[in-house]
Formats: sequence, C-alpha cells, structure tokens
Amino acid sequence: MLRLAPLLALLAAPAAAGALPPLDRAAELEHLVRQDCGACHGMTLAGGLGPDIRPAALAALDRTALVSVILDGRPGTAMPPWRPLLSEAEAAWIAEYLRTGDAP
Amino acid sequence: MIRLLAFLLLAALPARSDELRGTGDLGVVVERATGSLLIVDRSERAAIGRVEGLGDLSHASVVFSPDERFAYVFGRDGGLSKVDLLTREVAGRVLQAGNSIGGAISDDGSLVAVSNYDPGGVRVFDAETLAPVADIPTGSKTLGLVDAPGRRFVFSLWEAGETWIADFSAGPEPAITRIPGIGANPYDALISGDGRTYIAGLFGEDGLAAIDLWAEPPAARRILDGYGRGEEALPVYKMPHLEGWALAGERFVLPAVGRHELLWVDSRSLEGDRTRTAVHGQPVFAVARPDGRQVWVNFAHPDNDTIQVIDTLSGEVIRELKPGPRSCTWNSRRAARRSGSRSATPGGSRSTTP
Repeated sequence: MLRLAPLLALLAAPAAAGALPPLDRAAELEHLVRQDCGACHGMTLAGGLGPDIRPAALAALDRTALVSVILDGRPGTAMPPWRPLLSEAEAAWIAEYLRTGDAP
Repeated sequence: MIRLLAFLLLAALPARSDELRGTGDLGVVVERATGSLLIVDRSERAAIGRVEGLGDLSHASVVFSPDERFAYVFGRDGGLSKVDLLTREVAGRVLQAGNSIGGAISDDGSLVAVSNYDPGGVRVFDAETLAPVADIPTGSKTLGLVDAPGRRFVFSLWEAGETWIADFSAGPEPAITRIPGIGANPYDALISGDGRTYIAGLFGEDGLAAIDLWAEPPAARRILDGYGRGEEALPVYKMPHLEGWALAGERFVLPAVGRHELLWVDSRSLEGDRTRTAVHGQPVFAVARPDGRQVWVNFAHPDNDTIQVIDTLSGEVIRELKPGPRSCTWNSRRAARRSGSRSATPGGSRSTTP
C-alpha cells in the first residue's frame, strides 16, 4: 500500500509527464533510494554526508524543486545529477516516495 | 601439529573441551540492514554465532582489541558496541552521537575514538568500560579517522578542509594539532603501515593531501595534483573509500574520484606513477589481497554488479566477476587500521578477522 500511494499521487498529478515506472521498476527505485541515495543520506534517510531527506525534513521543498534537485544535483555540493540514470517520471516517483514515504 | 596439540590439550581438560578456543580463526560479518554481527570461523568455514541489537549498521566498521577478543562496532546511528567474540555477547554499548562514520582504537588498545557527522567531531572512550574520556568538537563533519603510534588519532574535517591530530600520550586531555588548508572536502583517509604518512582524498579538488606525521610541525602537501588532467569529473554516485596501502611493496592504489580509473602512487616518494588502470566504473573500494599480489575493486552505482581483479605488477585487469545486480558494495575488509598490530600482520589490512 505504501508503494501504491506515491503511484496514485502521480496518477493524480498531471505535472508528472511521461510514462510511469512499472511496478517492478518501482521496487528497483525503492531499492535505489535506500541503498544508493542511502550511501550518502543513510539507509534510513536520516542523513550522513548528505542531509536528512525524511518527509519532515523535505516539507519545505515543493515537488518540482525536489525533482529538479534529483535530476540536476546541487552544484558545489556532493549531490550528483541523476539525469543520466533516471527518467523524469522516475525522479518524480522518487520525489513522491521521499515526501510521503515510509522512511522510518 | 597445532591441531594435535590442541586435541591433546582438550583431552586433558574434558570438562571445558567445548569452551576453550582462541580468536585467531574468528572473523565478523556486518549484517547492515538487521543491525547484527555474524561471527564466523575461517577454518570451519561456518557461522558460529550472531550478535544482535547493534542499531543501524548501514555504514558500519569494526576494529579489534589488542588481545583480539573484542570487536568494537561503529554504527551509522552513533552507536558504539563492544562485542565479545568468545561469549558472542554485547560487552558494552553507548549511543554516543546522532550520526557517525567510523572509528579507531589507540595503538595501546586503551582508547576507542569515533568520528561523527552529527555533532561534528570526535569522541573518545575508555576501551575497557566505554566511559567517555574526551570530546573533541570540530564544527565539521569529521571523517578519515585513523590511529597513529603513541596514543594519537588523526582525522579530517569535510567542510573546513583541515586535518587534526589528537595526542593522548600525556593522558586523557588531548593535545590538538590543527593542520589547516589541506584541500576542499576531504572524504576519507588512510595511514601508512609504519604510521608515518596520512593521506586524505579530496572530493572538492583534483588531487590528494599527504601529511608526514614525523615532521615537526606536520604539514600537508598536495600529491597527484591534477590527476583528472582538467577534464570534468563524472557525477559521483558513491563516495570512494581509501584502503589498500603499500601493495607489491612499493606502490599503493587509490580510486580516482569521478573517473573510471585507479591511480598508482610510489609509497616512498608519494609521486604519482604514470600508470593508470582503466576500470569498469567508478571505483569505491580498491583493496589488496593480504600478500599484495592482487587488488580487488568494486564500483559505484550503476556498475555495482561487477568486481574486477587487478594484477599489482602489471596494473592490468586480470579477472572480471559479475556477482549480479545489487551485489554488496560493502567490502568486508574495511577498517581495523590499528597501528600496534599492523607490523605483526603480513599484508596489514585485516578488518573482519581479528
């Protein structure tokens, strides 16, 4: 259900252009968030070399801004651009997962 | 012969025959997601116990006591756990910070130090009791913590671009030496087997910083300056780690940041070797086999399904393994740079095996 929720949110949001990731890709994206984003932000997303990215910490950031950070990184910091590896729809899925997600 | 002796010894002590054992064969495997430590026996090739309740071990590392009975486990969540490998129990545990990145044990085994992101700095504990000994706030995320001979710890500051030396030789109040301006955003560091040279990798600059700890006063100098040859670095999806000093006697190998390359450095002059090894992806760990004959390398996302084996004489890739997607990018040979034990151990690095 937690996985389904961000997908439904995307379905309801016309701004999320492009094809939605299929469910098996969603599982891969969740793994990517925990293990690869987690390399810097912590597996629990509570922060590490990179900042805390749990929902409360991201509350001030709107979805478009978050998608933009994911896709294009933050120049001058260690946050890399993920555009070479992720589609815009996938970045939007991750942004929604982070904003609403089940991070402990 | 050793086995026979052990057998005779056991035969003479029937009441304790199951309990008596050394730790020479024992190692540990960090189970990162479950916060547990598996204790393994190398000769039996078996897991002989599991110690649970160690918190968030998603970026854990381990060092060992001089008698090799205790493992000190440093968790991501600031937990410092002392695990008894013989009884397979938690012998002590403190939650000493909010967010931690690694630790070290002093050469005499009396002090355990932890480097913290939050609050930024180093906290030092009595290795016997885990009672706090010293708190060294730095105002920066603090990493690259190693022990140096003479009850000293050396560590670097991510935001400030400094390296500090905390000298506990005179007692629990450390004498701090600050070395400013080592370069932008040190991300990890290593120390040579003799405890003389500290090298910090720089994320924010195209080079590394080397510090001669025997110099008075110690100063940083740039090595491998401009190794990226002015080319723009690739996006870095996982920060590399520095391991694997002094391979093949004279050279050591480092992962290049933001490049699909390994860099070779002469261990005495610290001059960059002209050799570069082109590898499969961005290297995270480049770790020497204990005899230094080969280096095993793993890679950042999206190339983390592959491991390459490098011949240290030729600097060439001789094998490529494909353990598969989502293979563990954590190298179990991490940590345990305890200077007091290095000389006694052929090949030096020995993290999971005490």
